[in-house]
Amino acid sequence: MFHARHSYNRSTGRIESTMQVALFIIFGLLAVAGALNLLFQHHPINSALSLIVVMMSLAVLYFSLGAEFLAAAQVIVYSGAVMVLFVFVIMLLNAGEEQHTRGSRMAYIAGIPGTAAIFCMLTFLFLKNRGVFGATHLSDSLSGATSNITQVSHQLFTSLLLPFEATSILILVAILGAVVLARKES
Amino acid sequence: MVPIAWYLILAAVLFSIGIAAFLIKRNVITIFMSIELMLNAVNLTFVAFAHMWGQVSGQIFVFFVMVVAAAEAAVGLAIIIALFRVRQTLNIDQVNLLKD
Repeated sequence: MFHARHSYNRSTGRIESTMQVALFIIFGLLAVAGALNLLFQHHPINSALSLIVVMMSLAVLYFSLGAEFLAAAQVIVYSGAVMVLFVFVIMLLNAGEEQHTRGSRMAYIAGIPGTAAIFCMLTFLFLKNRGVFGATHLSDSLSGATSNITQVSHQLFTSLLLPFEATSILILVAILGAVVLARKES
Repeated sequence: MVPIAWYLILAAVLFSIGIAAFLIKRNVITIFMSIELMLNAVNLTFVAFAHMWGQVSGQIFVFFVMVVAAAEAAVGLAIIIALFRVRQTLNIDQVNLLKD
């Protein structure tokens, strides 16, 4: 178990249970609204800003699932670093409204039913097996005084040390690749 | 008590919207953003399953996915800048050198 169990009285648990349902509904709807806004906006900067909304609400959902470290990393890495990079590139290239062409109408006709089919299949599978998945046990994730950073870092720095070090090489290669690719040809 | 299936369905919704945006959008930067959206949806399922099993392995998966996504974003955006320099456009319908 990665959460310290805490004894808590029943009323606190009920309040927390309601709170987790409320958090899920509010931020789940916010995430879906942001994703739909990404889909329907024509200007890339609007899409980027709505993607930031999606990532921030996902960070709250991670927090409610007891993944505090990932919630912080989501805000710092995704909403912070990656999206700032996206916004920089959009402004650097002065990206304007996208024009619709014949190809995109084809994508509408073929893509929407395919996407709906994938979504229906996934939802059917999840709902069919929902008894297996169970429910969240929130008492130890929201009220737990200890965080799961200890467990994550213990795994990362002992049994997964080699993959962890390999990611540093990956990032180094990515930096070099980005510099080489974006360099002005002389 | 939120059923884990709800989180999975939310992730499926986000993933499907990501696929739809990937297919419909014509701007190469927006297409790249929809890939990030799909990565985030999969991360949500990882965290939900990690919670379900009470183990941190799923969260470590998400950590590595984040690292790879950050590297991918840096390289991908550099490729987009190089592409813009050559073709002067971000519309993928006009990037058709291999097709002609």
